[in-house]
Amino acid sequence: METAVIKTEQLTHTYSQGTPFEKTAVADVNLEIARGEFLGVIGATGSGKSTLIQHFNGLLQPTSGKIYVDGQDIWADPKAIRQFRFKVGLVFQYPEYQLFEETVYKDIAFGPGNMGLPPEEIHKRVTEAARFVGLTVEQLDKSPFELSGGQKRRVAIAGVLAMEPEVLILDEPTAGLDPRGRDRILGQIKEYHQQRKNTILLVSHSMEDIANYTTKVLVMAKSRVAIYDEVEAVFARKEEIEGLGLSVPQVSRIFTGLRREGLDVPENVYTMGYAVRKLLERYPQGKEAGPHA
Amino acid sequence: MLKDITIGQYFPGRSPVHNLDPRVKIILTLVYIVLLFVAGNPAALAFGVVMLLVFYLVSRIPLKMILRSLRPVVPIILFTAVLNMLFVDGRTLWQWWIIRITAEGLQTAVFMAVRIICLIAGTSLLTYTTSPIVLTDGIERLLSPLKRFRMPVHELAMMMTIALRFIPTLVEETDKIMSAQKARGADMESGGLVQRAKALVPILIPLFVSAFRRADELAMAMECRCYRGGEGRTRMKQLKIASRDIAASVVMAACLGSVIALNLVIR
Repeated sequence: METAVIKTEQLTHTYSQGTPFEKTAVADVNLEIARGEFLGVIGATGSGKSTLIQHFNGLLQPTSGKIYVDGQDIWADPKAIRQFRFKVGLVFQYPEYQLFEETVYKDIAFGPGNMGLPPEEIHKRVTEAARFVGLTVEQLDKSPFELSGGQKRRVAIAGVLAMEPEVLILDEPTAGLDPRGRDRILGQIKEYHQQRKNTILLVSHSMEDIANYTTKVLVMAKSRVAIYDEVEAVFARKEEIEGLGLSVPQVSRIFTGLRREGLDVPENVYTMGYAVRKLLERYPQGKEAGPHA
Repeated sequence: MLKDITIGQYFPGRSPVHNLDPRVKIILTLVYIVLLFVAGNPAALAFGVVMLLVFYLVSRIPLKMILRSLRPVVPIILFTAVLNMLFVDGRTLWQWWIIRITAEGLQTAVFMAVRIICLIAGTSLLTYTTSPIVLTDGIERLLSPLKRFRMPVHELAMMMTIALRFIPTLVEETDKIMSAQKARGADMESGGLVQRAKALVPILIPLFVSAFRRADELAMAMECRCYRGGEGRTRMKQLKIASRDIAASVVMAACLGSVIALNLVIR
């Protein structure tokens, strides 16, 4: 059997230990994330998801417990922690605020440069990553501070993609973007996943995004893993999800309502595309004035 | 980590010392400093030490906080003590080559060290028991007579308040940017001086950019709420001198009197 790409054992993290401000943000997390998974991570604010993901690339050291990446204990040799930061790429929330170089090109090249790659390899990776996030060649020579908010965000994501990490973690990559910018970035990430077959963790508050893009969901609540299962199985536990201060996708709620009204529509509808298809199957005569997907 | 740096050392509480008017507290702290320098003999200085301990007990600030406040000034205390020990003339106690320690020197050294310790611990009590915002308010009111000489007192106080307000925000921001650059493999822990200085560039540039952005946004928000400087501005929390402030002043005056008396009685 292939080993999990990320595995944790009784991972616990306590901030400001030994002071009156002590707070356990992650408690006793045991996880196995399979290679090639597109995993969604959800949880209310303060549920510990940001703290958890910062452990996967060794930015935070666990108070107790272990983390394995590719079967290796990442804290076995604290001096070698940087190699795991290249293996597990982490895109923070609002990553555009970390840009600093004179040109977009140089900023994307910062990560690969830190890896000590030869210049031709860096060039190849930078152009590749820029293409993936939809940046043009002219934009590469601009200052990152001249770009719009959405473009800056894509530069920052490209900066992590250019390291070609085995695991890519994105912490709310679409926060504060307009719907079109959001769909574009998520679409590009999905395409990247399909082409590279690597593991992706997507932290999001939007249940729609989770339902549309991910295959498996990790629900964090009160510093612990509440649910870790396939998307359908997670959203089927509607009451539980809502009890945690989260919600199921809007379209699922509409379908639950329709069923309660006595309409013959399927349950377990989580994405808009599926909903439209099912409705058209059920009401073919309504096709002409039908919904626009 | 950066989080462990405490700037503004306010210890929230409800003791009589906390509740004093900030203006009175600032003035009384100044009087205490004067008192320490007026104290001319060991008995008078010992009185000053006792006063300090009583203040700390009344304010319910843990005594170990005195040690914490002293940590940064230990080199200065040692330096002063050693200089006094070596260069004050008097009865020789011990001599080796050109190094000569006198009884008077030793006495002055201890005296000066105690004086500096009380000075630092006493002024720290002011910052321990007064929140930075209230303190700035007090300073503004105390300096307001200088407005006659066209000193921009209100503007200075406002700048100080804003600066204090943004220290935690910027610390948090720095933390975030550092994590983000580390995630891209930035190496801040190793290398020589030049390399380490270079490693700061990816942190400082985003930090400056965001500080300027925040300043811009804040200025805009203040203008939207019609901020026009201190002219004719009223306050939500008016500072008022209460009976406890008068009582505290009387106690301090009595203490100053006692020290002067001790100076005169014991020669």
